[in-house]
Amino acid sequence: MFELIEEYQLLSAFWMTIKLAAFSAVISLVVGTVVAIMRLSPVKIFQSVGTAYVTLLRNTPLTLIVILCSLGIWGQLNIDLASRESSTFLVDNNFRWAVAGLSAYHAAFVCEALRSGVNTIPLGQAEAARSIGLTFAQSMRQVILPQAFRGAITPLGNVLIALTKNTTVVAAIGVAETAYRMKALAEFEPALLMVGFAIVALGFVILTLPMGMLTSYLSGRLAVKR
Amino acid sequence: MKHTPFRLAAVLAAGALVLSACGSEDGGDDGEGASPGGGGEDGLTIGIKFDQPGLGLKSGDEYVGMDVDVALAVAEKLGFSEDQVTFKESPSAQRETMLETNQVDMIFATYSITDTRKEKVQFAGPYFVAGQDLLVSADSDITGPEDLDGKLLCSVTGSTSAENVKEEVPGVQLQEYGTYSECVEQLSNGTIDAVTTDDVILAGFAAQDTYAGKLKVVGAPFSEENYGVGLNKESELCEDINTALTELWEDGTMEQIIEDNVGAAGYTPNPETNPAEAGGHCA
Amino acid sequence: MSDTTRVLFDAPGPKARLRYLIMTVIGVLLVLAFLYVIYGRLEEKGQLSAARWDWVLTSSAWTNYLIPGIWDTVRAAAISIVLSMILALILAMARMSDLGPLRWVASVIVEFFRAVPVLIMMLFVFYFLAHRGWFPDTLNPMIGVIFGLTMYNSSVLCEVIRNGVASLPAGQREAGLSIGLSPAQVRRSILIPQSLTAMLPTLVSQVIVITKDTALGYLILYPELVTRGRQVGSAESATLPAYIVAALLFIIINYTLSKVAEALENRQRRRKRTAGPVAHADETVDPGAVAVGRGAA
Repeated sequence: MFELIEEYQLLSAFWMTIKLAAFSAVISLVVGTVVAIMRLSPVKIFQSVGTAYVTLLRNTPLTLIVILCSLGIWGQLNIDLASRESSTFLVDNNFRWAVAGLSAYHAAFVCEALRSGVNTIPLGQAEAARSIGLTFAQSMRQVILPQAFRGAITPLGNVLIALTKNTTVVAAIGVAETAYRMKALAEFEPALLMVGFAIVALGFVILTLPMGMLTSYLSGRLAVKR
Repeated sequence: MKHTPFRLAAVLAAGALVLSACGSEDGGDDGEGASPGGGGEDGLTIGIKFDQPGLGLKSGDEYVGMDVDVALAVAEKLGFSEDQVTFKESPSAQRETMLETNQVDMIFATYSITDTRKEKVQFAGPYFVAGQDLLVSADSDITGPEDLDGKLLCSVTGSTSAENVKEEVPGVQLQEYGTYSECVEQLSNGTIDAVTTDDVILAGFAAQDTYAGKLKVVGAPFSEENYGVGLNKESELCEDINTALTELWEDGTMEQIIEDNVGAAGYTPNPETNPAEAGGHCA
Repeated sequence: MSDTTRVLFDAPGPKARLRYLIMTVIGVLLVLAFLYVIYGRLEEKGQLSAARWDWVLTSSAWTNYLIPGIWDTVRAAAISIVLSMILALILAMARMSDLGPLRWVASVIVEFFRAVPVLIMMLFVFYFLAHRGWFPDTLNPMIGVIFGLTMYNSSVLCEVIRNGVASLPAGQREAGLSIGLSPAQVRRSILIPQSLTAMLPTLVSQVIVITKDTALGYLILYPELVTRGRQVGSAESATLPAYIVAALLFIIINYTLSKVAEALENRQRRRKRTAGPVAHADETVDPGAVAVGRGAA
């Protein structure tokens, strides 16, 4: 079994999965928050852009988003995310485009999670913020968003879990993560398919179970008591 | 209201059955009339690739390419007319199983004869000897793998051919996609420098109208891939197919087929290895 | 959106209106500039030339690739949602059962299939079947896709049913028990039926998740929309346009579905026929047993 893990570099594959998930989680949180603010803002055009973003990204399969990032944005618009001089240009570039695709897709879900968090805030909070003369930006920053994040812990945790599992999709552009290694294993060592699947499945259980537990712990702890 | 969930479940189950029933009816992609037993008396089921321009391509509702033409010519020699032949998609990962379980009678799908595969299936042919080569843009100065140092090379995920190049020339960087068409797309817009796989497959892409004059096959093959006709080990057609293939080379049909399908790319088969010597791989 | 949004900012006065106007103009200009840059780059690369796109207008592209692709996508999604519902019902009954071992087994199944990525499951089932050769092999990708989707989504829906039951007023259960029904009968004939009606909108949004996830079948050669897009892209040497068309078709299908979900939810709110609230995949009552529904690919 250990030879199998070594031969198909399953450990480095899981490390790749973790890196993809970590980077995408941070970026999608930032982008998602921006989109959520746009959707809540008083300026009509920002609302429309935010809504269009969520509608487009949420309804496209992630596989296609990732492929279009690589073939379309990298290939056609010539936007390199790494230095062409570097000896690891392709590896870095693919990784970063994978992160970009994953982040763009999950940002739409982060945005929706935050909006559901905003919905948990009683009207009085926003009214109070306005009545003491806070502007939109001020009330967002100091009253609404802090409570929205705390109210949205559960859906945000779910997005993080989904994101971790969705990293497998980037095998389509040749990023060497778990699905990529598992495909190689299935093709070259059919006899080991069962063991390989067991290891990969176990790995994902180990990755996602703590996330789920942390989410419920935090949501209980951080929920705004009303 | 009493047993609603179960009634609901029953209705849903019935629905699923209906759906999967009509699923299995035409579940075979295009295998309309493909008899599951694998042809039988009145027809031949032949496995080909559906997505390889120049070799085996489903174009609209017809099939075109070198493998298709060779398959039809062999079928004719075996006494089957064109409308007795049914084509079925045989993706690389499934070729041996399709033969072992008799879902197809024979496979013409850029199927290299290897010892590992011969443990499971038998091969007629080879009918063609291809070699691993490079596809580059028409104005590129790459003339072989040795020029690839520091360049970007594309191939499909899990392809051993790309790994081989990487071993020879450690400075090359590998991009992997699900299919060669994605690689060729990236090559034609200048994002990567070369695509590698068997020369005839590359020629098939280069011969497409869109890429005419833009891409070229380098023409210095650095491996030998013997394309065989995959057959079930029990099949008795093996020697007959060998005879048919030899005749096809002798009467010039093969050259014509190659010219028709990949000639537009300026591609000619490697004269040192072709015509291929059919025989020797039957069970 | 609830009233919260409308309350986030005041009705704009003259100054604020001017400010909004300026921001609107800047916003519009930014959007236009963004689109123009993309247009310019694509034009320069010849991606917008007729030769790259005219295949979309041929009937052959639709009858041979796109419509069969949509059909295979919809079919796999439909079979999966139906099977998921049945399995979810069974799993939910088992998880709420009075029998310890049954509960335990069901919990392990649910937790396992929620944790394993759908793609990994599809790859496993596909290669497993491909090496065995039990089924005609055009069926293997379809079985792989349906198995992966069904196992994952039934686990999610199982939790939605459980949450729906948990959110019903205690009086429902107590009333059932007081007229002499056993706890199992109460669950079967009172609690679960109500939770099912309440979860209808969730079910539709789960259909969207499933429809999108059929695209994972691309990696195991299931001939759905992305695979067909790839095929037509190879045949017409228009790989990128073909993927863009596939993406647009997915957006249209899923957008329609999401509108259906919204309409259903509104109707249910108006009719208020259920005793409990609308059960939701992402706003579950019991945060410890959350469903990952909406966030999934």
